[in-house]
Amino acid sequence: MLDYITSYLKSDTTPGQAGNFLWVFIYILLIFLGLSVAVIAMNWLERKILAHMQVRLGPMRVGPHGLLQPIADALKLLIKEDIMPAEADPFVFWIAPLIVVITAFTVFIVVPFGPTHAVTDMNIGVLFMLGVSSLSVLGVVMAGWSSNSHYPLIGALRSSAQMVSYEIAMGLAVVSAVLMTSLNREGTGTLSMIGIVQAQQAQHIWFVFKFFPLGLMAFVIFAIAMVAETNRAPFDLPEAESELTAGFHTEYSGFRWSLFFLAEYSAMIAVSSIAVTLWLGGWMRPFPHWLSGETWDLVFSLIPGVTFILLAVIAFVGVIRMPKHPYFRVQTIGLAGFGAVLGLIGLLLFVPPVRDRLQDIFWFSAKVAGSMYMYIWYRGTFPRYRFDQLMKVGWKVLLPLGIGVLILTALVGIWL
Amino acid sequence: MAPVATTFFFYFLSGLTVLSGALVITRKNPVHSALALILALLGQAGLYLMLYAPFVAGVQIILYAGGIMVLFLFVIMLVNIERSQKEEQFNKQWLVGILAAVALGVLFVLVYAKGKSLFPEHAVQLPEQSNTQQIAVLLYGNYMFAFEIASLLLLVAIIGAVVMAKKRI
Repeated sequence: MLDYITSYLKSDTTPGQAGNFLWVFIYILLIFLGLSVAVIAMNWLERKILAHMQVRLGPMRVGPHGLLQPIADALKLLIKEDIMPAEADPFVFWIAPLIVVITAFTVFIVVPFGPTHAVTDMNIGVLFMLGVSSLSVLGVVMAGWSSNSHYPLIGALRSSAQMVSYEIAMGLAVVSAVLMTSLNREGTGTLSMIGIVQAQQAQHIWFVFKFFPLGLMAFVIFAIAMVAETNRAPFDLPEAESELTAGFHTEYSGFRWSLFFLAEYSAMIAVSSIAVTLWLGGWMRPFPHWLSGETWDLVFSLIPGVTFILLAVIAFVGVIRMPKHPYFRVQTIGLAGFGAVLGLIGLLLFVPPVRDRLQDIFWFSAKVAGSMYMYIWYRGTFPRYRFDQLMKVGWKVLLPLGIGVLILTALVGIWL
Repeated sequence: MAPVATTFFFYFLSGLTVLSGALVITRKNPVHSALALILALLGQAGLYLMLYAPFVAGVQIILYAGGIMVLFLFVIMLVNIERSQKEEQFNKQWLVGILAAVALGVLFVLVYAKGKSLFPEHAVQLPEQSNTQQIAVLLYGNYMFAFEIASLLLLVAIIGAVVMAKKRI
């Protein structure tokens, strides 16, 4: 038994390839837990950051600085009454949120958090991610249609049109990144997520900077298309509040609605991790070749721990600045406890074996977190597009640009 | 890693495909038919996976389940469901139907009876790793001409759609 457990730890592959079911199960559980925590954290951060961008405070009451607000919201949603419209199509209404959630979580099977930290590695990894995430639009359409109501139907129509059109630009950008794995005579191309990052490692360059500015242009096209794919501001027309109340999930309430919410955020994390894997070097730390050597390796491997210690310090500064009134005693203790947990995680990350095994995950998550911050930033700064403008950007700007970048990448690659 | 429970998955996926194929033609509600069709296509993608063709399976999911069926649903949702439910579901062409069914059945029986001599004993075990590359070699090498003709056909279809949809070009 113990041999079975430790045998995987010594191998250099993902549990799926090693055929180790126990570790596959553990990884799936860890990813599920991590994603749920990330969605909760993202919910809190989004409200806080948006509030600060608009010179407000955001949630402040539930827990210190509103830290427990997402948990309170989740509890509220769980105990809320579950309403199904009388004229709805019951089976389709029931299965639509499940499809959206299942597709949003399934794509994480191939996301490479590190060279060995993925559930499995498929040689059609990118194709699998794009395919499964394109299925989520079915759930949206089914939700909108089965509600048997006007706003959801229009929201679903808008969303399906939008997602189908932006998928094309997204696919073209992805293809030009996949092309880069095979060019410059260093082995054959690959569609596997781990293979793509290894290609960037072998070519000593992140694909954003390759064939400047072609890689950057492909990345920008993908970055725009992924915001549209996940129905987020400024492309959140399917759920434009002023026109369609809440779009396709208007008739959903309670737990079913929370499934849509969960799926939206985990889909955002999924497309961000595609972008990070394809263009931003995946799990690689910054400057792995320019700043190489023992010393730099040590310095960069200490950064995860230092980051968490810094977060803990910020929490403790918050503890000191808390009002001294007895009403705030519980909140102060809670914030101190939160800071202590962060500090402990930081200290744990300084232990050499943990450090070596987990720093890949840290760098990957840090890059994804940067991308998630961009999502919030867009929402805070851009006004919503009109629908004809949205279609114009998709079909008349991004699509020709994508084809052009693809052809130029192929040309430059053959040239060099 | 050796494949696990292949017989189970084969019968599961085939059963799913056949069952949902039957649902496609028996459902009154066109949206339900379209959803059953999606299930059938997904089952087919699983069968491709079992044939060691992951690329074809992925493309099947992206194009058919994720792309074309969304457009199908898009159109069906705009149709008035109440009216379409009153319409006749089957046109009563029993003679032709029975003839076609018998012909297909005879074909199946023949294949089952003579299958040993028609098909190779064992399935060819293609290396899963190079599936994508092999398809690329076939498409852009051996069948280049057919591939280009197909893409030309699609281009003509697109131009035709634009001409029909737009009054003033």
